[in-house]
Amino acid sequence: MSGQGASRASADVIICPGGPLLLRGDHVIADEDGVEHTTTRPISAVCRCGKSATKPWCDGTHKAIPARNRP
Amino acid sequence: MAVLPKPRGPLSEELVGRLVAGGKVAPLAVEPGSPEDAALSLWILYELSYRGYAEVDDRLEHDPELVRVRRRLEDDLEQRLRARWPGRPDVAADADFAEAFFAMIEADDGPSLARFVQREATADQAIELLQHRSLYHLKESDPVAFALPRMPVAARAALAELQYDEYGGGRPERLHAHLFAEGMAALGLESTEGTYVDQAPLEVLEQNNAMSLFGLNRRLRGAAVGHLAAFEATSSLPCRRMAQGLARLGLPEEVRAYYEEHVEADAVHEQLATRLICLPLIEAEPDTEDDVWFGAWTCLETESRVAQHLLERWGVA
Ligand code: FES
Ligand SMILES: [Fe+2]
Ligand SMILES: [Fe+2]
Repeated sequence: MSGQGASRASADVIICPGGPLLLRGDHVIADEDGVEHTTTRPISAVCRCGKSATKPWCDGTHKAIPARNRP
Repeated sequence: MAVLPKPRGPLSEELVGRLVAGGKVAPLAVEPGSPEDAALSLWILYELSYRGYAEVDDRLEHDPELVRVRRRLEDDLEQRLRARWPGRPDVAADADFAEAFFAMIEADDGPSLARFVQREATADQAIELLQHRSLYHLKESDPVAFALPRMPVAARAALAELQYDEYGGGRPERLHAHLFAEGMAALGLESTEGTYVDQAPLEVLEQNNAMSLFGLNRRLRGAAVGHLAAFEATSSLPCRRMAQGLARLGLPEEVRAYYEEHVEADAVHEQLATRLICLPLIEAEPDTEDDVWFGAWTCLETESRVAQHLLERWGVA
């Protein structure tokens, strides 16, 4: 088993292969249309697959798309 | 404080009597009359470690005789769960843990209650499901909280971070168990722990007991976080379906709010739980790896038994 869990543990931005980008702390995200969204939890997941129904946040939809099309 | 459930056989009957009587518990030689009697008895004993009961002396949590009975019942449960477990999936030694973990979740083809609620359930069926779910949701995240001090450093920090979110990030009104309680209140249901235990079938009791078994035993900390990761990884999309089904049925906003919160929250938690909790635990304590997989599988398997049971009873499986 491998993975970068331990070494990545204290990063503020964590890229999840095939899934979202985790953001630790408080941030304001501007989406494609320039609309700003403020994080509300200690860690937030930002959608990278483009298919979330709650963009800019990940809602798990990346799992429903074929693995080869995931980010 | 929880409500003491109604006994369902000789052991739970005897236990409730002894709990209410108080004082040091004398040797208890009663055998469970059925699997349900055993599961309910274990549930009753576990509850002493969560909220306790108004009519029961808190010191009985560690009464030697009750601890002996609990230990016996939980050993039986653990053996049963391990006997059902096909073993850890065949994963290459250099495979990415999170990828292998999500692949196992994806391969699970158990029936989905959320899908049923989304499309077909009647309001009565949905409400019955919420009552069964209340056994866990009213103590959401509590079982794995017992594993927190038992995690190595990196996993402990990440589990605390996940739990901070489950417990509302410092705001009581956002605490997940409380959101669920508010949903129940909006439906006119009781939100005191234990109220709906009397209706819970064996499958629901066992599902709930498995979480306490893993959380309350340090030895099983791998299973506790493996279970957590599988739970989180099977939550976002089903919670969206639940919210849609509850909206279809015109049920109150507060009930939907609990599920809507989990669409986003658990999309974060599933990543945290696999990548920043389970993996660092396995890296620091490789002996826990089998139990991480065992706990995850138990989460899927106990849920699939609950779903199978309810769908059969509702005549749709
Ligand atoms: S990355 Fe998760 S929904 Fe897009
Ligand atoms: Fe939650
Ligand atoms: Fe969660």
